[in-house]
Amino acid sequence: MELYELGIAEAKEGLAKGEFSSADLVKAVIDRVHARDGEIGAYLTFDEEGALAAAVEADKALNGLKGLLGIPIAIKDLINVKGQPCTCASKILKGYVSPYDATVIRNLKSAGAICAGRVNMDEFAMGSSTENSGFHPTRNPYDTARVPGGSSGGSAAAVGGDLCIAALGTDTGGSIRQPASFCGCVGLKPSYGRVSRYGVTAFASSLDQVGPMTKSVEDAALLLQALAGQDEMDGTTPPEPVPDYSAALAGASLKGVKIGLPREYFIDGLDPEVKAVTDKAIAACAAAGAEVVEVSLPHTEYAMAVYYIVAPAEASANLARFDGVRYGHRSERSEDVFTLYTRSRAEGFGAEVKRRIIMGTYVLSSGYQEAYYGRALKVRTLIRRDFEDVFTKVDALLTPVAPTPAFKLGEVLDPLTMYLNDLFTIPSSLAGNCAMSVPAGFTAGGLPVGVQFICDAFREDRLLSIGRAFEDAIGGPRLGMPRKG
Amino acid sequence: MEFENTIGLETHVQLKTRTKMFCGCLLKTGCEPNTNVCPVCLGYPGALPVANKEAVRLTVMSGLMLGCEINRHATFDRKNYFYPDMAKDYQISENGSPLCLGGGVTIETPSGPKTIRINHIHLEEDAAKINHYAASSGVDFNRGGTPLMEIVSEPDIASADEAIAYLTALKEMLVYAGVSDCNLEEGNMRSDVNISIRPVGETRLGTKVEIKNMNSFRGIHAALEYEARRQRECMAHSMPTVQETRRWDGEALETASMRTKENAHDYRYFPEPDLVPVALSDEQIEEWRRLLPEKPEDRRARMVEEYGIAEYDAGVLSQAKANADFFEAAAKGLDRKVAKQLCNLYMSDVMALLNESGKTIGECALTPDALRSLVVMAAKGTINGPTLKELLPEVFEKGGDPEAIVKERGLGAVSDTAQLEAFVDQAIAANPGPVADFKAGKKAAAGFFVGQVMKLSKGKADPKIVGPLVAKKLAAL
Repeated sequence: MELYELGIAEAKEGLAKGEFSSADLVKAVIDRVHARDGEIGAYLTFDEEGALAAAVEADKALNGLKGLLGIPIAIKDLINVKGQPCTCASKILKGYVSPYDATVIRNLKSAGAICAGRVNMDEFAMGSSTENSGFHPTRNPYDTARVPGGSSGGSAAAVGGDLCIAALGTDTGGSIRQPASFCGCVGLKPSYGRVSRYGVTAFASSLDQVGPMTKSVEDAALLLQALAGQDEMDGTTPPEPVPDYSAALAGASLKGVKIGLPREYFIDGLDPEVKAVTDKAIAACAAAGAEVVEVSLPHTEYAMAVYYIVAPAEASANLARFDGVRYGHRSERSEDVFTLYTRSRAEGFGAEVKRRIIMGTYVLSSGYQEAYYGRALKVRTLIRRDFEDVFTKVDALLTPVAPTPAFKLGEVLDPLTMYLNDLFTIPSSLAGNCAMSVPAGFTAGGLPVGVQFICDAFREDRLLSIGRAFEDAIGGPRLGMPRKG
Repeated sequence: MEFENTIGLETHVQLKTRTKMFCGCLLKTGCEPNTNVCPVCLGYPGALPVANKEAVRLTVMSGLMLGCEINRHATFDRKNYFYPDMAKDYQISENGSPLCLGGGVTIETPSGPKTIRINHIHLEEDAAKINHYAASSGVDFNRGGTPLMEIVSEPDIASADEAIAYLTALKEMLVYAGVSDCNLEEGNMRSDVNISIRPVGETRLGTKVEIKNMNSFRGIHAALEYEARRQRECMAHSMPTVQETRRWDGEALETASMRTKENAHDYRYFPEPDLVPVALSDEQIEEWRRLLPEKPEDRRARMVEEYGIAEYDAGVLSQAKANADFFEAAAKGLDRKVAKQLCNLYMSDVMALLNESGKTIGECALTPDALRSLVVMAAKGTINGPTLKELLPEVFEKGGDPEAIVKERGLGAVSDTAQLEAFVDQAIAANPGPVADFKAGKKAAAGFFVGQVMKLSKGKADPKIVGPLVAKKLAAL
């Protein structure tokens, strides 16, 4: 097994045993990126010198057991790392160098992790294919004609293609889970407020969460441990205690676990191969002793509409600051303050971002706000209650992650069809629950397909435990299969 | 037809907190542009606001002073507009559910006391400062994010005089409660005014005009007077008022249109998702209520009652909390007669010293104990009036214990009658001329002898005792 193929737990073990150094590990990843990323395009930048220097320091610290010491983690390009670019894959932030560390980066650094590579994404996390990157698309490591999903497509491709040990992604309506499913990795979206958003460039503030994208559920637990917790810089993180997630995995079993299948998620439009993988996953859970029951989340059908009001509304304000005044792209054709704004933004933002800013501005406008935004907030409450009710009956929900496996680049051109990718991931984002995509099988053509587990808010411990037991039920982490690529 | 004014004020008050509204930058002035800033107040990508708890407390304290109802669940909103003075291109404010609701400010008018109702008080962040140069403009974000409290009155104000009375009362209360310095020159307190006119007897409000850019009470007064006149003239020429925002030109002394209603901003307010609602418990609010300072008007009445001082004096003293606090600390426990003497001394000599020196009572060397000691010594006759007047400026400037100074320099009043009688005899013997004058019927000559005795005693004799003594001796000649 090559070093770049390792996950966090394996790398930790090897470092602790002195089988290899952090410098070896970082070099292996860098070499792999050189060999493979030209084709995949997962990374936007990689500070190789910085990464190697940090690895040498980590090796000096002589304590391979500490947290994530000496382990390189790829960072989605909207998370601020001091001294590194943070473009959000947007031309409007081309050349922007971040002056500060996000809280998650501070946490990772204090756990010893090396944050040197920045991975591609849909511009400002708006999209489901990473084709909306302002710089270049990223390709799926399992089939480079296909997309890796999005918006955390760079993170998923880097993990799935063994171009990193693990990665951070962000999820607003499915942006961790859908690409994780497309690229055969584990992607966990924490409960809203579990992980600090400070320093994470905002798309939709009431939905955004940073989460781990890893090669196994065990790795997700290790990485989440470093990320989670209250942050005084983010008032939306509650003082909820952080359990020991790795401990929660000990003796993980599906025996007696009540798993709900929300009937609204098993729709006609589901791709037959995705359905087959999902059915097999359900059967595996039942065979492992889980009690599988059908449940209902009656307001699911409104989730998409609510999401495409709330998220663009918040985005329209969050992205206002990219105005060419203080940082980022400033149009050379600006003549006054007004054209400084309009031309800088017209030149800097891509089509999807503009579309959502316009939608968001519209739904907040005087005369329309109550009909759209006001009503959406009310329906969001109903959706949240659906989940509260269902979690009094079951421990977790099992659903498909996305209606299809990875599609071809350029295949989905219509924005509305693209939006449907997040059909199954949006409701739990609106409700603020935790949810995780775990690899569950392959299509006949060899494309990975994941399933989604959803648990009640702040029950990541339970979610991880179920996910870990599911891995065993389906053939082991990584489906017991060698990595592809 | 006769018209009346309906005026409402929106007053922005800078809160006296240590740090900015949503970040840890210190509130300070006089720094180089854009040096007192951070990712939060510069609106950098990923930065998040955290509400300043002290700003919340000060706003609630203000609400309690003004008799407002305190919202247990206030929420912040985003007010969206593009302008270089707002780093995020939205301002965080409270639109739908502000911290304080209702309440009022009582003012004196020629026809008696009148209450100006408060609509609400909300909390928000200040914008940055834009500086214009010959060929360009610059933005200084040092001020950006300063906590501001906006007090919005109902349109209960009927004249420019009432507006100023309202602002004066407001300022007095807020300074008193330690909420703000309300320093107008430094922009601590800024008001926008809304004014409309309507025929007397009409209950509906007329079309309002908002006026901005007045930075002094005088400016507000002038702008309101001007605008009330302008609107009447428009009416007289059958040109109804247009709803608009006008700008006060302090040099031309007139208002000019900035924008009409058609061009008004659509701020697209919506709840700020980065901030959780401000949850306040009843216990918390009650605790703050107990810490409220006495209102100036209540204090005036109590001081008249407690120290027997004149209403006018109590009014002047309580205008500045520091003066009233000083006076009360010095007068505590004194009997009313002495307290009154202390008040007289404060009102005349101490106030004069403050004026001359340009200092506040907190800045000079005089302490309440020292002032009290001076007044008590004078009342007991330990020192005489002239000595008191001589010592006060010295203690005001240099400090020190007056009793010790009196003892050390032997400034104690001579009240030994035998000694004083000897001085009187000496004076009479040494001045046969004036004695002859007195005998000839010039009774005023007695004053000359008092002066001589004062001189002989080196100023330490008490003229109140010397006077009768001289009279007795002269009569006996």
